[in-house]
Amino acid sequence: MPDAHGLSIDIDPSDERLLITPRGEVDLSSSPSLRSALKSALLEGNCDVHINLSKVPYMDSSGVATLVEALQICKRQQRDLILVQPSSRVASIFKISKLDTVFTICEEPLN
Amino acid sequence: MIAAKAMPEFPYHDPDFVLDLDARPDLLCVARSMIDAWCLRAEIDRTRADRICLAVDEAATNIMRHAYDNGPGRIRMRCARGTHDRQPVLLIQLEDDGQQVPLDTIRPRDLDDVRPGGLGVHLIQDVADEAVWSHRPTGGTLLTLRISVRGLTVTADHRGDPHA
Repeated sequence: MPDAHGLSIDIDPSDERLLITPRGEVDLSSSPSLRSALKSALLEGNCDVHINLSKVPYMDSSGVATLVEALQICKRQQRDLILVQPSSRVASIFKISKLDTVFTICEEPLN
Repeated sequence: MIAAKAMPEFPYHDPDFVLDLDARPDLLCVARSMIDAWCLRAEIDRTRADRICLAVDEAATNIMRHAYDNGPGRIRMRCARGTHDRQPVLLIQLEDDGQQVPLDTIRPRDLDDVRPGGLGVHLIQDVADEAVWSHRPTGGTLLTLRISVRGLTVTADHRGDPHA
């Protein structure tokens, strides 16, 4: 179900990886929902985390900050976090912020 | 010594549009939509239009967070076309009535310092040729962005260029 600001978040855990798929725009109104969902999802487990960004048409710095926070949690837990299939619009904010060298970004869908 | 070029005077008498918004995060998409449609109308390419929308989003977000401390308030956004050094430019103003942050604290953070937050000013300055924050004498802050764009149609009514 989308939150009041039109963002829905699917969480699909498996033994090999945790797949998180936000759907909708991520800005100051919706990033708290994403932050809350990520923090809950990262409480347990030690498998790699894939965040599928293919359904996110727009993200601002509040969304990026949320993902940086998730990355820091994953590093403490010694698990990899991979951003999957960001649109060119979303990928550009990581590039402008020089965070494209900090995150592992996969442009192709992961199996 | 090269004299600094002044920011073009904002054509208050003839902006393309003015948007007076409640300072609520759920209205950021409204501001983005307006800017996006304006850029489309001005035939600005998709990538640049996206960056301009992002800059306005970040500016409005900063107002909500820092000027209004996530509380109630208003944001007035004025958008106009003008010229600077005889080149077409977009001029965007965002104005608030909130608390005034010391101007010398408004600066981009070191991008090598990877941490959550603090990217807004960098994203604004990245797309704008000039971004000027000033304290309004009656309270609040005014941000003026000058963004050069190739091929933008600017009529005599949209000049505002002190150097033309």
